[in-house]
Amino acid sequence: MTKSAFGRQFVRASALHAFALATLLSLPALAADPIKIGAVLSASGPAAFLGDPEAKTLRIYVEELNKKGGVLGRQIELVLYDDGGDANKARTFATRLIEDDKVVAMVGGSTTGTTMAMIPVFEDAKVPFVSVAGAIEIVEPVRSFVFKTPHTDKTACEKIFEDMKARGLTKIGMISGTDGFGKSMRAQCLRVVKDYGITIVADESYGATDSDMTPQLNKIKNTAGLQAVVNPGFGQGPAIVTRNYGQLSIGLPLYQSHGVASKSFIDLAGPAAEGIRLPAPALLVADKLADADKQKAVVTAYKASYEKAVGQPVSTFGGYAFDGIQLVVEAIQRAKATEPQKIRDALEATKGYVGVTGIYTMSATDHLGLGTESFRMLEVRNGGWIEVGAR
Amino acid sequence: MLKGALRSRWTTLAVLALVMAIVPLIAPSAFYLRVAALVWIFALAALGLTILMGYAGQVSLGHAGFLGVGAYGVAIGPAHLGLSPLLSLFLAAALSGVIAYLVGRPILRLKGYYLAIATLGFGLILALIFQSESAVTGGPDGMAVARLTVFGWRIAGAVQWYWVSAGVLLVGAWIALNVADSPSGRALRALHDSEVAAAGAGVDVAAKKLAAFVVAAVYAAIAGGLLACMNGLITPDAASFMHSVEFVAMVIIGGLGSVLGAVVGAAFLIVLPQALTSLQEYEQAVLGLLIMVFMIVLPAGIVPSLRNWLTERLP
Amino acid sequence: MAEFLQLLFSGLTVGAVYALVALGFTLIYNASDVINFAQGDFVMIGGMATVFLAAAGLSLPLAAFIAILAAVAVGLLLHRLAIEPARGASPVALIMITIGASIFIKGVAQIVFDKQFHSLPAFTGSDPIALGGATILPQSLWVIGGAIVLFAALYLFLERTLLGKAVLATAANRLAARLVGINVKVILALAFGVSAAIGAIAGVLVTPITLTRYDIGTLFALKGFAAAMVGGMGHPLGAVVGGVLIGLMEALGAGYISSTYKDGVAFLAILLVLFFMPRGLFGGGSVERV
Repeated sequence: MTKSAFGRQFVRASALHAFALATLLSLPALAADPIKIGAVLSASGPAAFLGDPEAKTLRIYVEELNKKGGVLGRQIELVLYDDGGDANKARTFATRLIEDDKVVAMVGGSTTGTTMAMIPVFEDAKVPFVSVAGAIEIVEPVRSFVFKTPHTDKTACEKIFEDMKARGLTKIGMISGTDGFGKSMRAQCLRVVKDYGITIVADESYGATDSDMTPQLNKIKNTAGLQAVVNPGFGQGPAIVTRNYGQLSIGLPLYQSHGVASKSFIDLAGPAAEGIRLPAPALLVADKLADADKQKAVVTAYKASYEKAVGQPVSTFGGYAFDGIQLVVEAIQRAKATEPQKIRDALEATKGYVGVTGIYTMSATDHLGLGTESFRMLEVRNGGWIEVGAR
Repeated sequence: MLKGALRSRWTTLAVLALVMAIVPLIAPSAFYLRVAALVWIFALAALGLTILMGYAGQVSLGHAGFLGVGAYGVAIGPAHLGLSPLLSLFLAAALSGVIAYLVGRPILRLKGYYLAIATLGFGLILALIFQSESAVTGGPDGMAVARLTVFGWRIAGAVQWYWVSAGVLLVGAWIALNVADSPSGRALRALHDSEVAAAGAGVDVAAKKLAAFVVAAVYAAIAGGLLACMNGLITPDAASFMHSVEFVAMVIIGGLGSVLGAVVGAAFLIVLPQALTSLQEYEQAVLGLLIMVFMIVLPAGIVPSLRNWLTERLP
Repeated sequence: MAEFLQLLFSGLTVGAVYALVALGFTLIYNASDVINFAQGDFVMIGGMATVFLAAAGLSLPLAAFIAILAAVAVGLLLHRLAIEPARGASPVALIMITIGASIFIKGVAQIVFDKQFHSLPAFTGSDPIALGGATILPQSLWVIGGAIVLFAALYLFLERTLLGKAVLATAANRLAARLVGINVKVILALAFGVSAAIGAIAGVLVTPITLTRYDIGTLFALKGFAAAMVGGMGHPLGAVVGGVLIGLMEALGAGYISSTYKDGVAFLAILLVLFFMPRGLFGGGSVERV
């Protein structure tokens, strides 16, 4: 990020804060009977990397929508709580949304842990819950009121192994974070790796808050026959892994996960990030998409409005929240009703909805609605993202 | 006479029971009952810690680790060993006591901040085990917990959990107050003031410290088990260092060595964040500010300060 | 051998940071018997403030300088507004105040700065230096060198200057110090200010390696506190040795035993040390007043 952009961000941040406060204070004065949509996100704490852009996205989008007249002639009231990454707190806020705020739908659950803690509350209350977390267990087995917008960790593994196979890489090492996302993705990778004729010859892990992974990477480097390395994880860990990877001059292809699909990863990892590949939604290469690409319009519009309002580069996590609330709003419009059950039914009937993460088609057996096609394989080149490989 | 009443254990229990009876009458929705149930559960754990820190004067920065033992015990028993949740709860509490006994004997030889670091390390190691042994504990995303059934009655819903947790806390408070007034309790407080003097007076210092440590661990484990069953889920962050610090904060803010103090401290740290949500990003700053202000103005803790204030003004 | 060297470099770098945080703990404890839980947040202020000031256009050295001053200001404010008013309170209450202060500082940081991770450019480039088959980053040398320099400076200050001796006197016996005319309030303020400066300098030095965020203070405080205790509370040399020890234990544990449990290995080592030396490595014996 450039220096002046950073400086501008100061003013933007204060403006956003002032705006947020003003909105909060003026809410009671809004027109009668708004549609209440809830959100419990990890806007602070260890998962703030995810929750902060998600919260900002929701606020910006709801404000824009309300300016245009809202939905079904009514304004949307966003009830947003910060669980700080704590599953117990998330559960309490979920109960609050249902019992106290009486929301008709919810978009949130930045991490798998907080999502799983809240699922029983929404299932019992029969209120639709669109999660923005990654693990496949959120929608497998399918629960009637639970949906999700990000690609699953399993799909990420499949996309990575697909690319490795195409490049003839068959012996790989894995270094994963011990956080929920890293561990869960590692488990999924172990499950599907043989289907691609690949063997894992080294398997190390690091703590989410560690600042030096050279011991683990050294072990991996010294493994015989190593051809590539994959790093399931999110937050600052993968950036440090990437730097250490460069420091040790390992020189082999490195794959990251969609857990770091954002420009800030490149900034943090520095020059060592050149040549790294990872699966990510189209959002990161918005300006390089072909005009004929179905996602181009939606993606470019979201990127423009987010970057204008927040002054920071767009991230795919904010994109998950964007798709989540869009899906809910679109479902309300299709159902022409605001009863939770009707919203749920309309959500399940979503067909070919073009989001920033992909094109969603839900069904009774598929509450994610995305396949590997909407995942693009990206590579870091000259400090930016480009798309590589077949789709 | 009123002054005497202020210090009697029956007053404490009566006040507690009164509050427990009133809350459901004024709670606007089930959400408030859930928050209250959380307060009772965390107060139980804080109560154990106040016995250790307030009566016996030993600092523990790993208390949440024992809460984790109780919580995971209740999760693993039914899931991996086929035991009933209720039996698992008792076994987990017993296991927590045993672990405290084994670890306490070497650790409690340390004093002051050294003890704090040792308990911190121990708590961290427990949390690390919960997070890493995914095959048994479900890893960082935790594991689901079967619902608690007591003699055929399946406890579910905010109202039932409110009364269960309130009842357990009341029993726990009664036990703690009895201990405080007994020779053991007086021995503990003598320990707090001066270990050398207590030893000189014939108190078995090491045994009493260990007993307090074990009792605290059992209280925390029961609280953890109830929490896990109420949520239907347990994650490793329940045993984290930050939660251990939170318990210490509850005990100190409420008032060291005070049963009501443990409850007030728990209420302070659980209800306040809920009340401050409208401040959005400013919540943490305001919370930190409130903690500082309370401790500067009422350094003895809320309940002891209140008690002293009332004592001065009553006949 | 090369592998051991790599682990050694890794452990020394991270250990140097723990040592600096531990030094800050020790200084404040010596002067006032307070365990300052906000010590790690000084590290955070040093790093984050430098990042944001540099992004606003200032040169890196100037940004770092102002960031350190900002941390010192926060330290002095902490002493003046939070510790001083509660002077007579029990140690436990004072610790609680610093915990509240840490939460407050984090709360303000997330508003003044932001909640993302940030980095600083390495001072003299990021090309690793090859040494005996292993590689070390130039920035690591800055961190280790900085720790040595700061420790030496602190030692000289405490042992060779009058002001420093006044600090030691206050630590030994506050009443006696006051009786010989030492202005205890000023000494305490000084201790907080210098601790904050040490923490902030550590933050600036280490951010190019570990990255920074508004809430990294807690983890540094935890490890720094452990380092200070294991070295013997109140002994500056002990703090440094303790910090380096924990750093080495973490790195060697990750390399040779288990990367999952490396924090556990470090704390197990601490527990063992305390078991055999209940007052820490340099704690020595002490008389308990009856």
